[in-house]
Amino acid sequence: MLEYVGLIPLFPFIGFVINGLLGKKIKNEKVVGGLGALMVFCSFLVSSGILLQLIGRPAEERIFEKVIFTWIQSGQFKADAGFLVDPLSALMIMVVTGVGFLIHVYSIGYMHGEEGFYRYFAYLNLFTCSMLLLVLGNNMLLMFVGWEGVGLCSYLLIGYYFHKKSAGDAGKKAFVMNRVGDFGFLLGIFTLFWYMGQTHNVWTVNFREIAANAHLLPVGGVVTLIALFFFIGATGKSAQIPLYTWLPDAMEGPTPVSALIHAATMVTAGVYMIGRLNFIYIRSHEAMLVVAIVGAATAIFAATIGTAQNDIKRVLAYSTVSQLGFMFLAMGVGAFTAGVFHLMTHAFFKACLFLGSGSVIHSMHHALHHAHSHDDPQDMRNMGGLRKAMPITYLTFLVSTIAIAGIPGFSGFFSKDEILWQAFSNPFHGGLNIILWGTGAVAACFTAFYMFRLVFMTFFGECRITAKAKDHLHESPLVITFPLMVLGLLAVVGGYIGLPKLIGDMFGGIPNYFEQWLEPIFAGSHEFTLQQLAHAEVHHSHALEWGLMGASVVIAIVGISVAYTLYIASPQIPKKFTDAFPALHRAVYNKWYIDEIYDFLFVNPCKALGNFCWKGFDVLVVDGAVNGVASIVRGFSSVIKNLQTGYVHNYALSIVLGVVTIIAVYVIR
Amino acid sequence: MLTHHSYLILSAILFSLGALGVLIRRNAIIIFMCIEMMLNSVNLAFVSLSKYLGNIDGQIFVFFIMTVAAAEAAVGLALMIAFYNNRESVEVEDLNVMKW
Amino acid sequence: MDIQTLFFAVVAAVAILSGILVITCRNPINSALSLVMTFFCLATFYVMLDAPFMAAIQVIVYAGAIMVLIIFVIMLLNVRVESGKKYTHGVLIGSIMAVLLLFEAFYFLNRSSLTGARGMIDANVVQNVGHVELIGRAMYTDFLLPFEITSILLLVAIIGAVILAKKKI
Repeated sequence: MLEYVGLIPLFPFIGFVINGLLGKKIKNEKVVGGLGALMVFCSFLVSSGILLQLIGRPAEERIFEKVIFTWIQSGQFKADAGFLVDPLSALMIMVVTGVGFLIHVYSIGYMHGEEGFYRYFAYLNLFTCSMLLLVLGNNMLLMFVGWEGVGLCSYLLIGYYFHKKSAGDAGKKAFVMNRVGDFGFLLGIFTLFWYMGQTHNVWTVNFREIAANAHLLPVGGVVTLIALFFFIGATGKSAQIPLYTWLPDAMEGPTPVSALIHAATMVTAGVYMIGRLNFIYIRSHEAMLVVAIVGAATAIFAATIGTAQNDIKRVLAYSTVSQLGFMFLAMGVGAFTAGVFHLMTHAFFKACLFLGSGSVIHSMHHALHHAHSHDDPQDMRNMGGLRKAMPITYLTFLVSTIAIAGIPGFSGFFSKDEILWQAFSNPFHGGLNIILWGTGAVAACFTAFYMFRLVFMTFFGECRITAKAKDHLHESPLVITFPLMVLGLLAVVGGYIGLPKLIGDMFGGIPNYFEQWLEPIFAGSHEFTLQQLAHAEVHHSHALEWGLMGASVVIAIVGISVAYTLYIASPQIPKKFTDAFPALHRAVYNKWYIDEIYDFLFVNPCKALGNFCWKGFDVLVVDGAVNGVASIVRGFSSVIKNLQTGYVHNYALSIVLGVVTIIAVYVIR
Repeated sequence: MLTHHSYLILSAILFSLGALGVLIRRNAIIIFMCIEMMLNSVNLAFVSLSKYLGNIDGQIFVFFIMTVAAAEAAVGLALMIAFYNNRESVEVEDLNVMKW
Repeated sequence: MDIQTLFFAVVAAVAILSGILVITCRNPINSALSLVMTFFCLATFYVMLDAPFMAAIQVIVYAGAIMVLIIFVIMLLNVRVESGKKYTHGVLIGSIMAVLLLFEAFYFLNRSSLTGARGMIDANVVQNVGHVELIGRAMYTDFLLPFEITSILLLVAIIGAVILAKKKI
């Protein structure tokens, strides 16, 4: 099965080609959507086969590289295009194809009747193909191809409703901000390649070869630079401070797109990339500290904004940014396994949340449409009490919300608690650990608060739409609810493959399968840490770990109860609160004015520079020079064009004149 | 005394006459005939020099010139007919489409 | 002045005169007939220059074929006698050019003398071997390739003429 790894990205690509070229002719939505979903399902089957085969092998043999062809050969440098299958990429392809398949199925129902249905599925398939290329690529350049491919598809899908100006703008914003990050990524590739080649004569971009030569890299110095360059790439793609502002705007795209690209898969590419290059980060404490701080800051920052948004998808968007911050926090404190674990569980519950919100919006849209109301179907202030009308959506949504809030027994708890514990106990950042843990804990509290605020405003209380519209509220069809149910189930049980040792021991020594699975990838970094840091083996008492675990549960419950108090028990309090602190509320509601600040600091100067280059430089200097030369030629030729009379005998005359002149020269000489 | 010079001078006179006709006449057919006359004056020079040099090659060239003249006559007259069909005229002052 | 020179002078005068007529006649038919006259004079010169075969094909190809073709076209187009101006606007400058050309040619001819390696073909050889054979021998041995190329030229001319003369181009 491993030999057929190339099929995994190929299937969605076939779907993209067929739907892209013929979709317009096929017209039948069932065929187009079915084909798109089927192709991803085929990839999922192949991925499952590969995963099973990997599981069957001993841990140290779970790595396989399939070279397809020699891509670039130039002097000593050689890059093969091929696929790298190891526990990390196997996990990622399972997430991408599995969640991707469910979202494709969901899209068939959600996008029903939309204009350009085939276009949507072509893009979605292309996205899946690019994402698989990103995670399977055996070298940095191929990863970059996938990296750019997902960026392109993200742009295309955000701007899917391109006739809406806001959607087009959001697409552009995402594209430009990603470009800033990609620039960093490229610089990272170049610097690493150059350093390894120049200093150690290892001219390669292949992941395995780099990892095998990782011992040549120094600690700190140029490695810090390389790691920070790569991290800039990650901040762009994974929406971290300072490049996160595109993600909330990306909610202009269709909801399944938000679920697939802007929650489950693409935005986690940065986390994956740091996980893939963990041996670089482990060699630079400074870079790890930056990653941890940026992650923690993003986590709390986005969480605060999430508390004041009214658009259901925007809340989820800020939640995604915040959760990505948690993942980067994990990466920054050396807890690569925990970060990837959170990536996976987050993919389950956040995809479920987004799809659930899509189901709600779908239903609201229908109801409001029937009632001829022009209220915003995405605004939570128009919702309420939907749990009776949409029981399946409600249940799956609730389960996922509990998971993200971090209630024990659900997947989010295991991953998030692991991150917080590592943030507290890691050997890297010394005194800063407590701050990192505290920030994470507060962010987790906010997370629980705004997620339950969302649930309470949407599914509880009184329905705030008109009675007429209310009658049209109904549960979504099976094609929509089926993925919800599967993802909801995964959101519950997905965490049990990575039980913390503490809890596992309690139940008779159940091992942490997830950690064991990823062990070959991160083993080198772990050993390196042990060598470098004498105090790495500091033993924290079990009591402390239990205590912190309890603390995070308490934090989650506090968040939930605050939400319950404010939005169910006494709904007048938020109003009073905003009246009491209007400035604070306005600032939070307007996302701390970050967009405006960016506009002021970067966008407007860039625009001014562009305008200057256009009107000042291009029009006056460049065009002026070109037009000036042209008008000189024009003036000159308007004089000599009189020679060109167009009469044949005049040309004959000039021939004779030439003959006479030539003979004259000959004679005189 | 009749020398080769006489033939060459006659050839030059005929050539100049042909050139004059080409330059001053309006009727394209007459211009065409003037060109034939110029070709013939060259033929005369060729033949007389062939005689002077005691070499047959010059006369072979006359053959080729005649072939070219025949081809030119065929194509040139066809062009003239096509032009006449379009413009109802064979005057060169109407042949002014070479501008732009 | 011997008889040969006198004969040359008379025929040359006729040739020049008819040449002048070619470019001055208002009616193209007259011009064409004058041109035939010139061609006959040139054929006479070819005989005088020991090139009887050239004289024959001068009469057959030029005076016969080509001029007949031209006269046919003149009649086919039925061009009216030029009603308005006979000459172009550039009559003055054209004349100056032609005269300049003539003077230059005279000057050139008078200044220089004929040189070059003489071959062995003279009047006797032509008489004994025969002009046609001499021409044929040269044409089908030394000049075989140009000769074949001319046939392609004629083929192209035929095709071109047919296509151009079609009603709709």
